Amino acid sequence: MSELRPLGTSATIRLVAGREIRTRILSKAFLLLTGVFVVAVVLGGLVFKLVGSDPDPVAIGVLPDASGVSQQISDTGKAVGVDVKVTDVPDAATARSDLRDGTLDAVVVSTSPTLAVEVHEEVDDQGKALLGSLAQQLALAGAVTDLGGDPATVAQTVATAAPDVTVLDPKEPRDGGQIAAGYIAGILLFITLMNAGQLVAQGVVEEKSSRVVELLLATVRPWQLMAGKVLGIGAVGLLQLVAIVGAGAASVVGFGLLDSTSLDIGTAALWALVWFVIGFTSYALALAALASLVSRQEDIGSVTGPVIAFMVVPYVIAVSVAPWDPDNPLVKVLSFVPFASPLVMPVRIALGTAAAWENLVAIALSLALLPVLVWFAGRVYSGAVLHAGGRLSIKQALRGQ
Amino acid sequence: MATLEIDALNKSYGSLQALRDMSFAVRAGEIFGFVGSNGAGKSTTMRITLGVLAADSGQVRWDGAPIDHETRRRIGYMPEERGLYPRMKVADQLVYLARLHGMDAARARESMEHWTQVLGIEERRGDEVLKLSLGNQQRVQLAAALVHEPDILVLDEPFSGLDPVAVDVMSGVLREQADRGVPVVFSSHQLELVERISDRVGIVRAGSIVATGAIDELRRTEETRWRVVGPPASRWAGGIPGVRVVADDDGTSLVEAGPGAAADTDQALLAAALAVGPVREFAVVRPTLTELYRDVVTADTQTEAVPA
Repeated sequence: MSELRPLGTSATIRLVAGREIRTRILSKAFLLLTGVFVVAVVLGGLVFKLVGSDPDPVAIGVLPDASGVSQQISDTGKAVGVDVKVTDVPDAATARSDLRDGTLDAVVVSTSPTLAVEVHEEVDDQGKALLGSLAQQLALAGAVTDLGGDPATVAQTVATAAPDVTVLDPKEPRDGGQIAAGYIAGILLFITLMNAGQLVAQGVVEEKSSRVVELLLATVRPWQLMAGKVLGIGAVGLLQLVAIVGAGAASVVGFGLLDSTSLDIGTAALWALVWFVIGFTSYALALAALASLVSRQEDIGSVTGPVIAFMVVPYVIAVSVAPWDPDNPLVKVLSFVPFASPLVMPVRIALGTAAAWENLVAIALSLALLPVLVWFAGRVYSGAVLHAGGRLSIKQALRGQ
Repeated sequence: MATLEIDALNKSYGSLQALRDMSFAVRAGEIFGFVGSNGAGKSTTMRITLGVLAADSGQVRWDGAPIDHETRRRIGYMPEERGLYPRMKVADQLVYLARLHGMDAARARESMEHWTQVLGIEERRGDEVLKLSLGNQQRVQLAAALVHEPDILVLDEPFSGLDPVAVDVMSGVLREQADRGVPVVFSSHQLELVERISDRVGIVRAGSIVATGAIDELRRTEETRWRVVGPPASRWAGGIPGVRVVADDDGTSLVEAGPGAAADTDQALLAAALAVGPVREFAVVRPTLTELYRDVVTADTQTEAVPA
C-alpha cells in the first residue's frame, strides 16, 4: 500500500548522521568557533614570523680616534654570536645625531686608555655582551703588550680555547618550533574534543527533553540513533579540526617558519587528526551513555562535569609538563592510558619525542577498549533514553528500567 | 482484510500492574476509539504496539504475524508526550521523519508538501517548530504521523488541545485514512467526539478492556427507555405489563420496559399516553457513550490501579 522500502542499518545511520551534520555545520556556534580558531592560527603564524625572525644587527659607529678597532669589533661579534654592523663616523656631532635617531646603537669614542662608548638611552643585552667582551680584549692586549708579548698570538690562543665537555645524558633535540607545535596540539585537541563531546551530550538530552526520541525510536533502533549521532558530530568535529590544522600547517609553511625547526609538521598534523578520531569516539560514547541518564538540559552539567574534569588532568600535564620535560614518567605513562592518550600522545609526537612504536601501542590500547565502550554505551543508552523524569543511575539503565 | 490484534498484553511497572490481559482487535478500514480514565493503560498499550516499550507477556499481531521492526516502520504514531525537534524547520523535520521510515528523498518532500497543505500549515514550512502556536505544533505532530503514508495509525489523544475547526480537519483525515484501508486506533477523553467518529469503541479500566464493540452495540441495553413529553406518566403507564416509570417531572416522563416486555410495548405506551392527553414528543432513549463510560468505569473504582 505505501511506498516504504526496508531501510538498512547503514542507511538509517547515514540519515541520522546526515541530520546531525546539517544541523551542526550551519549553526552559528560551529562557524564562529571554527572561524576564530582558523584566524588565530594564521595570525599566530604571522606574529611568530614577525617576532621570531632574526633580530636587527647591532649597529656600532666608530669615531676616527678609535678606527683601529673596527675589525676587532666585527671579529668579537662573531665570537660572541652577535650580528654586528660597524660603520665609520666622521665626528662626534654626527655620532650623537645618529644615536638619537636610532641609526646607531652605540658609538666607540676612543680605545685608550680604556674603551669609551656613547649610547642614547641604554645599550641592549647583545650590545653589552659585545662591548664588554671588546673591553676585556683591549685590556688583555694592553697587559700582554706591557709584558712584552704579542697580543695577536694570545688572542688566537684565547679564541680557540674551549672546554672538553662529556655529555652523560644527551638532551632530546627540541626546538622552539616543536615546543610551539606541542602546545598547539595539546590545546587544540582538548578544546575540540571537549566541544564535540558536549555537543553529543546536548544532542542526546535535546532528543530526550523534547520527547522526539519516542517518535524516532518507533522506527529507529536506539543504538542506530546513538551511532548516527556520534558519527555525525564526529564528522563535524573532524572537519573543524582539519580546517584549523590545515590553516595552521599552511601558514607555517607559507610564512617559512619551518626553516629554523626540526618540527615534522606533516606527521604532527596527521597524528593529531588520528588521535582526535580515537579520542572523540571514546569520549562521545561515554558522554552519550551518561547524558541519556538525564532528561533536562539543566542536568547535563552533572553528567558531563566529571568527564570534563577527567579530561583536564591529562590536558594540563600534557601542556605544562611535556614541552619542558617530555621524558617525565607521568607524561609517558599517561600517553598510553586510554582516554588520556588522545590528549597527551599528540603533544609528544609534535615535540618529536614519541617513538613510532609508542604511538602504535597507545593506539592499540585505546582501540582495544572501544568494543567494551560500544557495548556499555549501547546498553546504558537503550535502557535509559526513553525514561523521562528524574535522573537514572547507570545500574538502573543497565537493568533496562 | 488485515487486522491489528492486541493479544493478552501484560505489563507491570514495579508493583503496579499497568496492563492485565489487554486484548482487542482493529480491522483495516476501521476507526477504533480507545477510552478510559488517566492511567488505565491506553498509552502503555500504544507504546507497546510501537515497540518503544516491551510487554511482560502477550503479543501484537498485524495480518496474523507478530509485529516486528519492519512492520513498525509502517505505523504512523502520535505519542502522548508530543515530540519534535524544537529548533528544526517544519519541512526539514517532516522530510527527515519520512525518510527514516524508508521513503526516498523526492517522495518524502512530495508527501511533506501534501500533508502540510492538507493540515493547513503550508505557510509554516520554513519555521522552526518552537516558533509555532500549540495548535499548529499539534498539526505538525499529526503530519509527522502521516507523512510516510503509514499502513496503520496509532494516535494517542490526537484531539487534545485542538480548536473546533482543527478537530473537524483531524476527524476528516482519520476517516479518509480509514477509507484508504488503514486501521486507526486513537484515544481520547472527548467522548462525544469518540462516539461521533469511531466505528468501534473499547473502554478500558485498570489495564483491561471492559467493554468493546460498535457504538450501537454498546448502546443496546436489555431495558428500553422512552422519553415522553405529554401527560404525566403516572396517569397512563401503570396498566402496561413490564413497564415502570423512571422519572415523571413537569410534563417530561421517562418510562422503561424490562427485557420481558412485548415487542409492541412502544405502540401500547403511545396509545395509552394519547388517550390521556396530547403527546408532543415520543422517543427511544439510548445511553450515550458518556453514560456507558460512567457506568463501566465507576462500577468498581476500587479495583483500579491496585498494586498487583
